[in-house]
Amino acid sequence: MHRTGRPLDDDRPPLLSARGVDVVYEPARGTRIWSVRGVDLDLAEGEFVGLVGESGCGKSTLGFALTRLLRPPARLDAGSITFDGTDVATLDGEELRRQRRGGFALVFQSGMNALNPVRTVENHVRDILRAHARTGEDWGRAEVHARALELVRTVELPDETLGRYPHELSGGMRQRVAIALALALEPRLIVFDEPTTALDVLVQRSVMGTIKRLQEERGFTALLISHDLGTVLEATERTVVMYAGEIVEDAPSRDLLTGPHHPYTEALLGSYADPRADEVDLEGIPGSPPDLSLDLAGCPFAPRCPLVEDVCREIDPALTPLGRGVAACHVRAREAGAQEPEARRAH
Amino acid sequence: MPTEPLVVDHVTKVFTSRRRTPGGGRQRVAAVDDVSFEIAPGAAVGLVGASGSGKSTLAAMITGAQRPTSGTIRFGGTDVGRLRSGGLRRYHRAVQMVFQDPYGALNPLHTVGYTLARPCQNLLGMTVHEADARVRELLDTVGLTPPEQFTGKLPHQLSGGQRQRVVIARALASDPALVVADEPVSMLDVSLRAGVLTLLARLREERGLSMLYITHDLLSARVVTDELLVLHTGRVVERGGTKQVLQHPQDPYTVQLIEAVPNPFALTG
Repeated sequence: MHRTGRPLDDDRPPLLSARGVDVVYEPARGTRIWSVRGVDLDLAEGEFVGLVGESGCGKSTLGFALTRLLRPPARLDAGSITFDGTDVATLDGEELRRQRRGGFALVFQSGMNALNPVRTVENHVRDILRAHARTGEDWGRAEVHARALELVRTVELPDETLGRYPHELSGGMRQRVAIALALALEPRLIVFDEPTTALDVLVQRSVMGTIKRLQEERGFTALLISHDLGTVLEATERTVVMYAGEIVEDAPSRDLLTGPHHPYTEALLGSYADPRADEVDLEGIPGSPPDLSLDLAGCPFAPRCPLVEDVCREIDPALTPLGRGVAACHVRAREAGAQEPEARRAH
Repeated sequence: MPTEPLVVDHVTKVFTSRRRTPGGGRQRVAAVDDVSFEIAPGAAVGLVGASGSGKSTLAAMITGAQRPTSGTIRFGGTDVGRLRSGGLRRYHRAVQMVFQDPYGALNPLHTVGYTLARPCQNLLGMTVHEADARVRELLDTVGLTPPEQFTGKLPHQLSGGQRQRVVIARALASDPALVVADEPVSMLDVSLRAGVLTLLARLREERGLSMLYITHDLLSARVVTDELLVLHTGRVVERGGTKQVLQHPQDPYTVQLIEAVPNPFALTG
């Protein structure tokens, strides 16, 4: 029996529910990279959740899988993704396209690559509205303009932005345009994939502020994918930590910050500090993540883990309740007097 | 051991646009505007600011890649802005650079051993055999051990953190007195950053290396430097001891920079 890390007192119905999601990359015949391994994740209606992990841990791949944007060589190999009662993992063609309107959207990392260099901002909005128009809807010039104007104002851009081409905009403005485009179809779930990573520090701050405001005002469900634990903990209600394709901890952000359970989360927190503190001591994590083309025996973090025991090298622990969240650690589960974690489904 | 300070004296760099404005003039931008500071032997000075604050232009002038429009940069008896080819080459024995992007800073076709042997031969005039021994020593210094496992590797066979260690080893090859490090950890995963930052701090201590550390990341500046200059639109708006500046910022721009750092730790107070 799997549990995900939603607080026990949270009775909001899940908008999105993923179970046993595996994503595999097959760049060449015979080569398989298991990028996402057996992920269970629930997102409640209106919840703001962070997904954090380091390069190559599968966080963006998972975000793409949840919004059904995986492209070959990546492929959803197993698992179900239920969105508002519909299993979207198996949808395709017209049915999947219909989910883009009022369903789920993704904001890409680089505003520049997400935009068409020879189309103005208003043209982008028009393309989206027309491509997803419902029968009987007419997106004429005036209607498109009105809607586009509303959207750029929502993301705090000046009205003139509508006539601009992507190269005429700064990085921060482009990212705001990408957010406006995601909002165009009024999705109920938006996945933000490293939305501020490519931006300057001060701009990062203001774009994150806009995302947070929009989420609060409009009440959509948001999944914020980032390598920066600081940004995620500050912005979100709940944080999901990924390592080597697996979710290793999922807990309310505050709890994760003050009392992390998984040794990886702990080590990640040790890589941060307040630059204003009296003493600053940073600890890295020795070693590097495992090769995801191999079958992993045991816990994927075991080779780098300071708490490692024999059982860790043999059985990959499933998530078990610890505190108000869940974590996948034999040692910590035993220390807390919790039940011994079951084995995660193996590959 | 280095014994001479680097002196940046009223340095200004003006870039002039190629295109004429409607009035017929050219637009002039002072990327660096009347900046003065000193790096004493063995000191580590941090240069912080947002994009466009002029920090990389300043680094380019200090390493001799750009010339100041006015003002001078002196290192010992050398006026850096006047150096030409031969002089510049000699200068680069003493002043080296670590770049932001360890993926772009290494030639993908050169093995680690070759990359590190080049400056030994070119700047120090070592023979192939001498350079070989030096390469092993350098790899050892930056923690890529055992060295023989790394000399034959190409950049794509290394992780990001290992690549940045190779870039640092290359900068150390000529035994420089000053290393200019421009955002050396910003492209690395957080778990690897601490290792590289600790390495830089250790090199300073062991070799008496001076360092100019350029970053927008205040936390890494705190770990590596003991003095901080805050740059805003080409001007130094605040300077002082690193801890002092971060704990008691005076300039509103410094306050803004500090507050821009996501700081969940403030919540736990």
